[in-house]
Amino acid sequence: MSAADLYRTMRTIRRFEEQIVTLVNANEIAGVTHEYIGQEAVATGVCAALRDDDVITSTHRGHGHVIAKGADVPRMMAELLGRTTGLNRARGGSMHIADVSLGIYGANGIVAAGAPIAAGAAWAGLQAGSDRVAVCFFGDGAVNQGVLHETMNMAGIWRLPVLFVCENNGYAVSFAQEQATAGSLVERAAAYGMAAVRVDGMDVEAVRDAAGALVAAARAGGGPAFLECETYRFVGHHTAEATMGLGYRSDEEIARWRERDPLLVEAARLDAAAVAEIDASVEELLERALAFARESPRPEVSSARDYVYASGLVPREGVAV
Amino acid sequence: MARMRYQQALARALRDEMLRDPSVFVLGEDVRASLRGVTRGLAAELGDQRIIDTPISEQAFTGFAMGAALAGHRPVVEFQIPSLLFTAYEPIVNQAAKFRLMTGGQAKVPVTYVVPGSGARMGLAAQHSDHPYAMFAQAGVKTVVPATAADAYGLFVSAIRDDDPVVFFAPAAALGGREEVADDAGPIPLGVGRVHRSGDDVTVVAIGHLVRDALKVAEELAAPDADGGDPISVEVFDPRTIYPFDWAGLAASVRRTGRLVVLDDTNRSCGLAAEVVATAAEELADALVAPPRRITRADAPIPFAVELEVALLPSRAQLADAVRSVAAIGPRGALAQEAVR
Repeated sequence: MSAADLYRTMRTIRRFEEQIVTLVNANEIAGVTHEYIGQEAVATGVCAALRDDDVITSTHRGHGHVIAKGADVPRMMAELLGRTTGLNRARGGSMHIADVSLGIYGANGIVAAGAPIAAGAAWAGLQAGSDRVAVCFFGDGAVNQGVLHETMNMAGIWRLPVLFVCENNGYAVSFAQEQATAGSLVERAAAYGMAAVRVDGMDVEAVRDAAGALVAAARAGGGPAFLECETYRFVGHHTAEATMGLGYRSDEEIARWRERDPLLVEAARLDAAAVAEIDASVEELLERALAFARESPRPEVSSARDYVYASGLVPREGVAV
Repeated sequence: MARMRYQQALARALRDEMLRDPSVFVLGEDVRASLRGVTRGLAAELGDQRIIDTPISEQAFTGFAMGAALAGHRPVVEFQIPSLLFTAYEPIVNQAAKFRLMTGGQAKVPVTYVVPGSGARMGLAAQHSDHPYAMFAQAGVKTVVPATAADAYGLFVSAIRDDDPVVFFAPAAALGGREEVADDAGPIPLGVGRVHRSGDDVTVVAIGHLVRDALKVAEELAAPDADGGDPISVEVFDPRTIYPFDWAGLAASVRRTGRLVVLDDTNRSCGLAAEVVATAAEELADALVAPPRRITRADAPIPFAVELEVALLPSRAQLADAVRSVAAIGPRGALAQEAVR
């Protein structure tokens, strides 16, 4: 993927997220969302190493992964606005957004829950004789969930083509990574017998190159690998945090990381005209996405119990009829 | 037609489905050695990639099954101990069972979670004696608790073929039971109950191994008692599937008998019996001549000493007393038919 394409994807994620913040604050999107602002190089760089038939599992902070894996942005916007044209037909929202046809096995509301799902998909790929891989995205908070370690062990013993991508943004909500985690993340992963690499998560080309090498090795039968991306979120854990005044990070710390904004890092490798052209086309895409979402219908209340069972079973109502 | 044990019926159903459908595979702890007997011989016959021994990692292998299912497989996950489902509750209830709704119907998640030996089994104490089917029904996960070998065969086949997650509880106390299983036996649909014995006076809803107890009590009560009391005609209705429950089958039975007693090996609080009695009270009030009763497990963990264990489990004596108590209320037999008219 070219520098221009990498920048375009990151710019799309950034502007999508900024628009989401506005829409949440205006109550046009219900609930809270977890923005990916600052971490764009990770999803973009890793997904640049992937094919359409590769599988990813994502997190509560999932919009970036889903965009980078190729999901339709207008249908994402429609999902977040709770419209029937949304990727998940208004049943998932931000935290469960998915496009199974693109191998996106869902954002996930439970930290580290996507890990074994990715491993199962990777195993299925091997059974099918395919060289596809599965990527499990998770944050630094997930490294202290047992299921992640159970899964890394299983991927290790069965040599599954899983790339474990740890987005170390320094904080599990407000709890600093160095307070939460004993030892080193890559050393933990290496203990399971897999290649474990740390990379600058603010440089999309560095991420792409590191992920590309690990994915290529996994496709060739080399088993699982672990990629720690050192990154930072420029905004709160979720939209609502802006008004909460939690104060677990200093303004200086945020400003220092913003100097290494991944969009600035990559834009510096492009000429200004190319950047301006991409920026304009991203604005056009997002305007189209928002218009599409706003024009799309809201779900019928009578359909609230649809889509629960593949067999067509309809759950009982909460009142005797 | 072969008369076989419940456990053999499970093994036959699994093998039949694995031979029929190459996407079916088993994973779990010690499934190659087959501690529970359901997978015996299958690793040698079908290979290590279809009978997969996992590390002691219940959360991970349960979630793994979901990932394989999304990628086109039809996994069967075996749990050696019923209480392991507490550890696996998140990947089953919060991940697999919600995935279709959360994605607006994008995918199916055809995983079967099987516990070949659920419930108390004399002396296994608090952490190995649960029979946790109600908590899956409460979460809307398809849940099956077959009572007999033929039902175990047909419902296991259906569970594996079903496109949704299904939790399958084989009660430990039912595993040794024998029944004829037809050579050409097929699937038994989920959500359809079975009337094991017809009766006119009282409907007893019994689940899993308790069906056998209910049939014994029905037999006893069909004869005049020692004090010269009238015989009581008991209908034994086994829902077989706990979720979705066969409400129509229940209604058909209760509308004939006018009386209901539920025999259920889950805790009293928020247990399955509570749901059955509540639904009957709301939807069948016009048919009930006596207040419904329920006989359940006590609201307590199972203590080790066998007499203490037995003291907390639902018993035949409790059931017989409850049936007599409801039968004593309102007209019975021909009089009841008259009243209904």
